[in-house]
Parts: sequence; structure tokens; C-alpha cells
Amino acid sequence: MKTTALTHVHEGLGAKMVEFAGYKMPVLYSGINEEHETVRTKLGVFDVSHMGEFILKGPGALDLIQRVTSNDASKLFDGKVQYSCLPNENGGIVDDLLVYRLTADSYMLVVNASNIEKDWNWISARNTDGVEMHNISDKTSLLAVQGPLAAKALQPLTGIDLASMEYYTFAKGEFAGCPNILVSATGYTGAGGFEIYFENQYAEKIWKAVMEAGHPYGVKPAGLGCRDTLRLEMGFCLYGNDIDDTTSPLEAGLGWITKFSKEFTNSANLKMQKEAGLSRKLVGFEMIDRGIPRHDYPVLDANGAVVGKVTSGTQSPSLGKAIGMAYVPSAMAAENSEIFISVRDKSLKAKVVKLPFYKQ
Amino acid sequence: MNFPADLKYTKDHEWVRIEGDIATVGITDFAQSELGDIVYVDVNTVGDTVEKEAVFGTVEAVKTVSDLFMPVSGEILELNDGLESTPETVNKDPYGGGWMIKIRLSNPADIDGLLSADAYKALVGA
Repeated sequence: MKTTALTHVHEGLGAKMVEFAGYKMPVLYSGINEEHETVRTKLGVFDVSHMGEFILKGPGALDLIQRVTSNDASKLFDGKVQYSCLPNENGGIVDDLLVYRLTADSYMLVVNASNIEKDWNWISARNTDGVEMHNISDKTSLLAVQGPLAAKALQPLTGIDLASMEYYTFAKGEFAGCPNILVSATGYTGAGGFEIYFENQYAEKIWKAVMEAGHPYGVKPAGLGCRDTLRLEMGFCLYGNDIDDTTSPLEAGLGWITKFSKEFTNSANLKMQKEAGLSRKLVGFEMIDRGIPRHDYPVLDANGAVVGKVTSGTQSPSLGKAIGMAYVPSAMAAENSEIFISVRDKSLKAKVVKLPFYKQ
Repeated sequence: MNFPADLKYTKDHEWVRIEGDIATVGITDFAQSELGDIVYVDVNTVGDTVEKEAVFGTVEAVKTVSDLFMPVSGEILELNDGLESTPETVNKDPYGGGWMIKIRLSNPADIDGLLSADAYKALVGA
């Protein structure tokens, strides 16, 4: 099992460690609900160093990114981040990712830990113009400092003006006395905050500095358990659950990052799918009957026929109700449509709701 | 971690308090700690007679769901209604307010198959 530069720190804090995407990762420290609440109301620190980072460099870098990703990376400027996905040739998704424009000729792609090798091979195979590619995943650490108090708490550590950073932008500068740190106003929680990328050698120093700077604001270390409940409350897709090699970005509600103003892998077929209309859609739902939906539970119609499946589900800590996402036929995807979730052979009533579940 | 000596235990991480022919059942301190924040206890077998080791309900934590197994055979007399609104009591007070069901024993000899506190402690390495 792989470790991050901070695994021993998590173990020292008494975190419950689990294997995730081949890495030994903290799933919780004090408890999922408590960490969740801390991130929503104060700030929490996640070690998400398992995520993968690739650098693409050279005059053909943008062209390569344009061909393999669905969003329009030509809209990026230096210091701008974009959410995107890598469509495959069969209508599905290789991975979802973030694209950082470092300069006009160099980009950083941030990919899911479980897909690092798959994505690397996928992009390499399409790199026909000799774009320089570096997989810096193993030497790069990533801390997500998330929550409404993150900017205030972290400001003493850096000269970058954190409060003025727009969502989905980044800056490089000194951070906690370490040089050339990439600070990104992004995250996977909907709580606001920053993601900080740096070389492993700085990991302990930055972790310590962030925990100390956050102390007066009630900072807590936060594990992957609450990362999942936080992202689900926002309706953010998780690769392997809500999207995968078989789900169309359009069905998954990712039409907003699927830009037909350019050509990319499978764009012609996706365009046809859009024009013909989608047969199924990923929707958010909340339970009406008592029960908690889980990944892979069947979705039923009023007659008990299986019409789809749950992709993610949980008891929402912020809302105090059971929520989930599921693929359902388009005819049942409208807000307030009644659907049924099969929970241990009981058919429990639920209704389709608008995403995000959690609104500030 | 706390394992009261006056209770009996199962390998499925339940505790049993025997009073006459009535057994009160919950999950152990170890079980609640492993599960994490408990958000729902689902028991729909009240009034049923259920065999030892059969599933009588489920306990849902934020991330996981686990079956609950009958420690002894008997009729399920009562469910702890308080858990409907405050399932987190199972985390806070697993041997008290967090009790789950009461069973009328149909075979008192089942008690002999339960573990002592020391045997359970050894099982979970506590």
C-alpha cells in the first residue's frame, strides 16, 4: 500500500486509516459528522496527496489538452483552473480532472488517484506531437484546507492575497516559509477554501503551519469520510460511483463542461446524443420514507420495476436527511418526480430534488 | 473501551443483559466505535420470533450498514423507540440508552453459548 508524506502524522493523531485507491489514507479522526460540521462552519484540513498531477509542456500542450478533454481549455488564462473530463471513445468517461494553466505552454492536470496510470496511458497514447509530459504525482503533496474561515486563517502564512482570489483561480508564492507553493481557490466540499500543492519535502512543515494558523479558528484534521459527505451534499460527482467508463458526461449532468465548439474524443457521438435527447439522467433525490440509500441500490418505479440505480447515498450531516444520486430514465428526472429505492428488499419512497442538496 | 462484566457478548459484537426470561440487546462499545456515527437503527421484526443468529435488523452509520444478529432465539418484544430520533445514543451510551431490542427467550440454554466480558475482550484484542 502506498503512503503519503503525512501518513505517519495521521497515525500519530489516531486517525482511522483505510486503503483508498491503493493508498493508506485517513477516513476519519474524531468522527465524520463532527469533521463535516467543522468544514461547513470553520475549517478542516484534508491530506489528499493521493491525487495525481501531470505536467504537460510545450507548444502542442494546449492542442493535446483540447483533443482529450471535453471542456474548452482555450478559455483558460495564466492562473485559471478549469473542471473537465476525459471522454472515452465508447460514450463514457476515462476520468474527471482539473486543468491548471501555468503558462500558455504549460499546464498541470489533476486526476483521481485510482486513475493515475489509466489517464497517463490514455493521454500519452494521444500525444502525437511530442508534448513533454511529467507525472509528478509521487513527489507532490496536496492539502485541501476547506471551510469559510480558511482565507482568514491561512493569510498570515503567505503574501498571496487569499481573500481576493476568485473561485477556480490559483497563484504561486511563498507559503509557510516554503518557496514556490501553488495555492488554488478550489475544493470538493462546497465550503470554500484552498487546495495547496507542494513538494513532499515541505509536507510536515506546511501541515504544522496550517494546523497552528487554524488553531484560533477551530481547525480540525478531516478525513475522506466527510470529504465524501461534503461533496455529495453539493451534488459533485465522484469517479467510480457517479461517473465511470460507461456513463456519458451529458447523462451525468456535465453538459456544462462538454463544449461542442471544438473537437475532442468522441465529440461527434456525444453531440448526436445531445441532439437525440438523453435516455437517462443523473439526478439528486431525498428519501421520503425512512432509510438510507447506498451505492448500487436499485431504483424502482411505482410499479416496482427496476429503472435505474443509486450511485451515491448517505445520511446528510448538514441537512439531517437521507440523500443520494441515481441514474433514472429522463421521464422520471424532473424535480419532485416520485421514485422508489430498494433498500434490503423494501421499496422506500423518495423524490427527485434539484442539486445541490446543500445551499449556503 | 468498556465491557461491563455483568453482560454477555457475541462474536457479532452485541451485548446481552439477561433478566429472567427477557434479554436486552445492543451493540458493544467496540462495535459503535468501529461503525462511527450511527444515523439509523432499522428493526422491523417486532412481534416476530426470530432464530438465534438470524438477522433482526440493521444499523446504519454514515458510511456503512451492518446487519444485526439475534444473540439468542426468541420473540422480539420491543424496540428502543428513542433511537428513532436520536440514533447517536448508540455511540454515546451503548450499554444504556443505546439498547436496541428486548427478546423473550424461547430457549434459555442459548445463554450458555454467549461469551463472558473477558472472552469478548480477548476476541476484539482489547
